Amino acid sequence: MKHRIVLFALVSAGAFLSGCANTNFAPVKPWERATLASYAMRPDRDGLHTAMMEHTFFSRETASGGRGVGGSGCGCN
Amino acid sequence: MLSLKHLLWGAALAGVALISVRAEVKVGSPFPALASAGLVPLSGGALPETAGKVVLVDFWASWCAPCKASFPMIAKLHQDLAGRGLVIAAVGIDEKPALAAAFVKKLAPPFLTLHDPQQKLVQQVVVPTMPTSYLVGRDGRVRFVHEGFHGDATDRELRKEIETLLAEKSNHPAP
Repeated sequence: MKHRIVLFALVSAGAFLSGCANTNFAPVKPWERATLASYAMRPDRDGLHTAMMEHTFFSRETASGGRGVGGSGCGCN
Repeated sequence: MLSLKHLLWGAALAGVALISVRAEVKVGSPFPALASAGLVPLSGGALPETAGKVVLVDFWASWCAPCKASFPMIAKLHQDLAGRGLVIAAVGIDEKPALAAAFVKKLAPPFLTLHDPQQKLVQQVVVPTMPTSYLVGRDGRVRFVHEGFHGDATDRELRKEIETLLAEKSNHPAP
């Protein structure tokens, strides 16, 4: 009985650790990315929604101009 | 003592370990035969005889912007080097054949385009990124692999490598 438990633990640990170590299981393969590359998956697909979210962000953070504005740098001009 | 159950458990463990083994095509590997890969011609006619020839196999998809950007460069390679024996086979890997066909119709490339309808070849090759092109020597082995498209740099490297391979003599008997 003890041997069985040890063997079961070894097999379980092997399966678990190989799953963690092998990155081939997790990522979507390069040839499977058609859906991910579609226009609907773009975060900026809706201009109005983006503008609203930016407005909310700026209002909340009082950080108007902190994103998507040319220039930046020292702010001395 | 080892019993049958212990052996079965060991076999199961070995099986789990073997799942991670992949037959990726790399430099030096023989490239799978295109003729028996079940590829469907899209444009440029049927697949010519590739034995003893320098072959550029490019994997593309209609949803892949760099693939689209690379087509004019490949067209220029075809224009300049096809007459000297370079065979170009651009393999589309779209899951939907209509998208691949529409892509080819829109771009109208002068080189041979094929479609891998079951994604059989691309899975066999284990393409690392899109696009990836494999430059296969006269001996049928992969000599150079280009991951992605980097504009003029890719063009320069490919031309240099193709020239090198075209200059090599073929051991394959002439037809």
